[in-house]
Amino acid sequence: MEKEAAKQEILNFLESKSGSKTKFYFNDFTKLFPDMKARDVKKALSELVQEEKMMYWSSGSTTLYGLKGSGKKEED
Amino acid sequence: MPKHETPLLDQLESGPWPSFVSDLKRQAEYRHQKQNEVEYQIPVDVVDDLLGLLELSYKEGEVHWKHGGIVGVFGYGGGVIGRYCDQPKDFPGVAHFHTMRVNQPAGKYYKTDFLRQLCDLWDFRGSGLTNMHGSTGDIVLLGTRTEQLEEIFYELTHNMNNDLGGSGSNLRTPESCLGESRCEYACYDSQELCYHLTMEYQDELHRPAFPYKFKFKFDACPNGCVASIARSDMSFIGTWRDDIRIDQEAVAAYVGGELKPNGGAHAGKDWGPFDIQKEVIDLCPTSCMWMEDGKLAINNRECTRCMHCINTMPRALRIGNDRGLSILCGAKAPILDGAQMGSLLVPFVKVEEPYDEIKEVIENIWDWWMEEGKNRERLGETMKRQGFQKLLEVTGIKAMPQHVSEPRHNPYIFWKEEEVPGGFDRDIKDYRSRHPK
Repeated sequence: MEKEAAKQEILNFLESKSGSKTKFYFNDFTKLFPDMKARDVKKALSELVQEEKMMYWSSGSTTLYGLKGSGKKEED
Repeated sequence: MPKHETPLLDQLESGPWPSFVSDLKRQAEYRHQKQNEVEYQIPVDVVDDLLGLLELSYKEGEVHWKHGGIVGVFGYGGGVIGRYCDQPKDFPGVAHFHTMRVNQPAGKYYKTDFLRQLCDLWDFRGSGLTNMHGSTGDIVLLGTRTEQLEEIFYELTHNMNNDLGGSGSNLRTPESCLGESRCEYACYDSQELCYHLTMEYQDELHRPAFPYKFKFKFDACPNGCVASIARSDMSFIGTWRDDIRIDQEAVAAYVGGELKPNGGAHAGKDWGPFDIQKEVIDLCPTSCMWMEDGKLAINNRECTRCMHCINTMPRALRIGNDRGLSILCGAKAPILDGAQMGSLLVPFVKVEEPYDEIKEVIENIWDWWMEEGKNRERLGETMKRQGFQKLLEVTGIKAMPQHVSEPRHNPYIFWKEEEVPGGFDRDIKDYRSRHPK
């Protein structure tokens, strides 16, 4: 799959889940693309972070991905 | 006059040991004294509020920190650990109290001007509190606000030629012993390999895509000064495959008392004359040493590299000349499945640039673990769940005697179809022609 199409599919997936869940593990995204290598999925995710469409959330030990601006902020 | 009364914390200063409470109080006072000289970018009373918040937690027996968050620097998924206080009105100085992990130099060699720059930066933009070093080996800068993160990152990377370390589901900051720079036992250049792999795997260090944390550590000899065998998912331990070099004259000098054992470390009291039988030969875990006509002999095939004899008589015994490293996998601390030490995967590999053989093992393991590892599962747990045999399969390494930690543990052998000549399909007619019913 083309990287741009993959990026769009990731965004669609996140939008579709936005009512119930805002943060996802890396392997939630690899499941979306069973035929793609994990490293290519990572490249698509990294680009979405660079484009400020997605963001990392980290507990310090584990990292999750989400749409930028979604979910509760710790400062709140 | 302190901002908050801290009677419970004060008790921690009464013992004979050094107290972090005394350190915090000293730093709180220092920040107030210097406030006309340093233009603090976070509240001057950050350390006072830290003490006050800790006192409250001691009083209530409850924690008041909220961990985690979206804090970070642009494009990086690690290196910053978000921390917020749930009582910001009473303790505004620690409303944000983020930790920054900074990649330490290999072997932890510093120039004093770097340390001054670092402390000046952290006084200016953080609390001034540091942890030198964290368990993984990084420089840990404790306590700053979100809006300071990019500024600190810019200063670190542009003016101090340094980088953030790893946190989250990333490759964590690799750590090495000081290796060949000072140590005669070093079997490879651990600092060089650590630096090379840190640069090679920048993407894995800063952009998280693993099921959980992953640690590399590099010990240049089996003494294991960075304890890689116990603390890292992949540990690289120096070893040799020829014989321990023996200087029989020096052995005689130890026996005769001219040379002091253990480099003279046992000097505090009268330990009596050195007894090579009692202190070296009888302590060899595989009993592979003996004296013959006044000379020391070693059955090198049985040596397990415990290093005891070499450490005791360093002038007489030296590491071999055919050097390389062993790779062990799967060590971890006791969170999910209990603590584990590393299991030997590669008994010996030469350490030669560009380290392609080593990288091949690393990348095969990552590919497997990224595919099969469950969320928050360390490599050691995936190995335990799917079996060491699976690890051998994905790395393309053939089983060998060094992989056996205890014989006769599992008597079953399962063959795969491709391992059996002719596969599993049999022509029943052909079979019956030779084996009538």
